[in-house]
Amino acid sequence: MAVEKTYAEINEKIKKGKAVIVTAEEIIDLVREKGVEKAAREVDVVTTGTFGTMCSSGAFLNFGHSQPRIKMNKVYLNGVPAYAGLAAVDAYIGATALPDSDPENRVYPGRFLYGGGHVIEDLVAGKEVKLEAFGYGTDCYPRRHIETRITLESINEAFLFNPRNAYQNYAVAVNLSDRTLYTYMGVLKPRLGNASYSTSGQLSPLLNDPFYKTIGVGTRIFLGGGIGYVAWHGTQHNPCTTRGENGVPLEGAGTLAVIGDLKQMSPAWLRGVSYTGYGASLAVGIGIPIPILNEEILRYTAVSDAEILAPVIDYSSAYPERDPEVLCRVSYAELRSGRIVVRGKEVPTTPLSSYAKAREIALILKEWIEKGRFLLAEPVQPLPSAEAGIILKGLEEKNNR
Amino acid sequence: MIANKIVLRFSSSLVEQAIIYHLVKDFDLVINILKADINPHKEGYVVLELSGDSENYNRGLEYLKNVGVVVEPLSGTIVWNSERCLQCGACTTFCPAGALYMTEPDRKVHFDGSKCIVCESCLLVCMARAVEVRF
Repeated sequence: MAVEKTYAEINEKIKKGKAVIVTAEEIIDLVREKGVEKAAREVDVVTTGTFGTMCSSGAFLNFGHSQPRIKMNKVYLNGVPAYAGLAAVDAYIGATALPDSDPENRVYPGRFLYGGGHVIEDLVAGKEVKLEAFGYGTDCYPRRHIETRITLESINEAFLFNPRNAYQNYAVAVNLSDRTLYTYMGVLKPRLGNASYSTSGQLSPLLNDPFYKTIGVGTRIFLGGGIGYVAWHGTQHNPCTTRGENGVPLEGAGTLAVIGDLKQMSPAWLRGVSYTGYGASLAVGIGIPIPILNEEILRYTAVSDAEILAPVIDYSSAYPERDPEVLCRVSYAELRSGRIVVRGKEVPTTPLSSYAKAREIALILKEWIEKGRFLLAEPVQPLPSAEAGIILKGLEEKNNR
Repeated sequence: MIANKIVLRFSSSLVEQAIIYHLVKDFDLVINILKADINPHKEGYVVLELSGDSENYNRGLEYLKNVGVVVEPLSGTIVWNSERCLQCGACTTFCPAGALYMTEPDRKVHFDGSKCIVCESCLLVCMARAVEVRF
């Protein structure tokens, strides 16, 4: 008889301490050993994890009202501008925001030592952060300037809201030109000197649920060391891309918008990062549980690095020029071996997301569920999937008439 | 003729004085500044290549010591902060000496200082700024 389970049944088992939880790595061997049907019957949840730079991240903050009140029009946190086009004392600090004083790439390649991601890390680390805000003065908000210090504890609300995280697969970056490139895929040595890649492969959340059959709006997740939720499909969600026979996309496809209480999080899983010559950002830790509702879902979670292919793209020309040329496709097993072959040349691979930390997240989430402190949430709405007909648009130039 | 790479350390009271100017003007020394920084306590250091006639060179060093500048030969050390390390492993591809390396199957990054040649390649690629060079 086919295996069929519901979220409610799995949650009941979790509450009784009887649920069987394994990580997305552990399930691979288990399926090889026991077969799909037996494994699906035995296992209730597979946990996934990923820890790497996710530029489209940031936090909403409510500072509370000063006396007299101010309608904040411009907000700076440790000198980094936050978006204040909201209500009087709310702001959104973006991970890639830079202080006005940052030399950026004027002295190339710039170092980008401190940005929005570092402000978020400092806040979750409990450090004091300098808040400077300017207002234009109104009858209800007469004050025009305030300079003070805040901590995560001292402000009202602080929640992470990341519009595009957990990319489902991603390109491998190489450099065919004769000069070193400084990119968001790290430093790329000339003449195919190295190949950068950035997902946790067989541990990565959306690679274990390629058609978003369990991950949807409302899914409860591990986010930055605390508990968060999938809020929506992420920006640039591109589910209708080419897929392999196993359903795994052959390039960047689905993305997630995620939300969670910053006050629960930890700098171990939210870390400000600086990419030489590119900019500042935030490394985010995300873990997503996948309920084994049936054999089909289990089969997806058993995907291994050898079965996940990523396109190799030249970042000296094809990528910046939006040319779709793919040099070749390589598996995550090859990428993790340390060397791939591109145009007949053996190229060392540079990992940008941490496999060790992804594994740690999957294990933490497994422990949370085993101890009954984390229950699965059934999505209230599925994410657009392969049949949605989404076509990712580019931006075309239109001249003013 | 003497040419050496040295590190000069300045106290906060010395930082605002035109000491390098005097090395050039009074002792006719050639200066090539390789690296310099002033910390929030206004203490500073400068790594420079200093060259000139041997008598002038020695007089120049004497002058530096007399005004209170600490002069040390350049010997850099790379310090790896395991707490700050994201464990991505990007640095391991760039380290020509194998001082930064990754172990399998745990895929953790390690640092063996005895192999480090202080080429500073890791400084460029470490996005967490978990490596720093100290003189």
